Formats: sequence, C-alpha cells, structure tokens
Amino acid sequence: MLEAVVFYTLATFILGLGILVITARTPVHSVLFLVLNFLLVAVLYVTLGAQYVAVIQVLVYAGGVVVLYLFVVMLVSLKRAPEEHGDNRRLGVLGALLGGAVLAELIAIIFASRRNTNTVVNATSDMPARLSDPMLNTEQLGWLLYTEYLIPFELASMLLLVAMIGAIVLAKKNI
Amino acid sequence: MLSAGLFMIGVIGVLVRRNIIIIFMSIELILNAVNINLIAYSSQVQNLIGQVFVVFVIAVAAAEAAVGLGIIIAFYRNKETINIDEMSLMRW
Repeated sequence: MLEAVVFYTLATFILGLGILVITARTPVHSVLFLVLNFLLVAVLYVTLGAQYVAVIQVLVYAGGVVVLYLFVVMLVSLKRAPEEHGDNRRLGVLGALLGGAVLAELIAIIFASRRNTNTVVNATSDMPARLSDPMLNTEQLGWLLYTEYLIPFELASMLLLVAMIGAIVLAKKNI
Repeated sequence: MLSAGLFMIGVIGVLVRRNIIIIFMSIELILNAVNINLIAYSSQVQNLIGQVFVVFVIAVAAAEAAVGLGIIIAFYRNKETINIDEMSLMRW
C-alpha cells in the first residue's frame, strides 16, 4: 500500500516536471526542472531496488549532464527568445496531436504484447539474482559487468574516450 | 505506463520547441523514460540484465550530450543563433 502511494506521487511529480521542462519560458528554468526530474527518477530507482543505478543517475545525469547544459545555456545567452516569432498555438496543438498519437501507439503495443508471454533469458550464470539486497546490488552488478558483459563494458569506455576527444576538438578556438 | 507518458512528453518537446538546447534536454527526457522502463522490467523479472543495460544507456547518453553540446557551441560561434529554424545551412 505504501509502495503504491509513493510510486503514484513520484510518477505525478516526474510527469509534471517533464511537462514543465518543455513548456518553460527561459532555458534556465527548463534546466532546473530537468535537475528535479532526474533526482526524482533516482528516488524511483531506489524504490525499485536498483540502488547502484540510482547513484549513477544522480552522479552522471544530475551532476554532470545538467551542469554541462547550464554552461552551454550561459554561453549562448540570448537577448530574445526564439519562440517569439512564429505562431506558437498552432505548433502546440500539432505537437500535442502527434504526441498523443505516439502515446496511443505505445499503449497499444503494451496491451498487444501482454497477451504473449515471453521467455526470459537469465543473465547471471552462476549466482542468484537477488535484487533488493542493499549491500549486494552493486556487487552483483559488478560481477555481471566484469564477467559476462566485459566486451560491452570496454566498448563503452572507448565510446566515452571518443566522445571526449570529439567534444574537445569541436570546442577549440581555431578548428 | 509512466515511461510511456514521459516518452511522449519528450517527443512533444523535441517536436514543438525551437530552442535547440531545449530539444537536447527533451532527448535526455526520452532516454530517462527508456531507463525507467528498463529498471521496472528488471525489478519485475528479478533479473539484473536490465540494470546492466541502463548503465550502458546512461554512459551513451552522457557521451551524446557532451558531443551534441560541442556541436551547438561550434555552430553558435559561426552563426550566432540557436533557433532551429535558422539553422538551414544544408538545405537546398
């Protein structure tokens, strides 16, 4: 019962903050609502038993990515917002219609796939997958990342290296 | 259902707004919606593969945000605009 109440309040806040992100006037307000959104999503992860991913979300997303966005917003600060010329209301209606179509399609997919039962491939080879043990979640995830998913792990690190080089090259003065 | 709703909000944000930084933030919202979905399924099926995938999705999203913002800064240095309607260099 308590879990349902917590989930529904978190869900309403996450969705409300999401709507505020895309409808805020200034980019700085959008970034602030995005930070709150990420923090609430991290709380949601904790209630679902994924403590390591929640910590990673707070560190990487709410700590790194949002700070990056704030820097760029400050660098590109405008005198006049780009939404002031052009008809906003028609664009808004069109966007809402398209978004409603996407949502209807997603719900249709959810209901259609609920009829078929999928077989689940167990990812762990030699250890029990107990998710909600708070001291062992990180350890289990570490086991998996280093034994079965080692190649994606190394590829991800190489991807981060390439992205770092690309970002530095893109932001140089004399390119 | 929550992740579908958040996905829809992100898609609307990408389609409607004209400020390119807010478009990028809506893309981050979409990625977060996918992460919520993966974690929910991982908790339902009691299998840790969802969380492994979420770690990789977060890494890819951070890398993409960095490179995308670098592109925005490089573009702004040349064209002095962040209105996406005016970024039409490659149009015919």
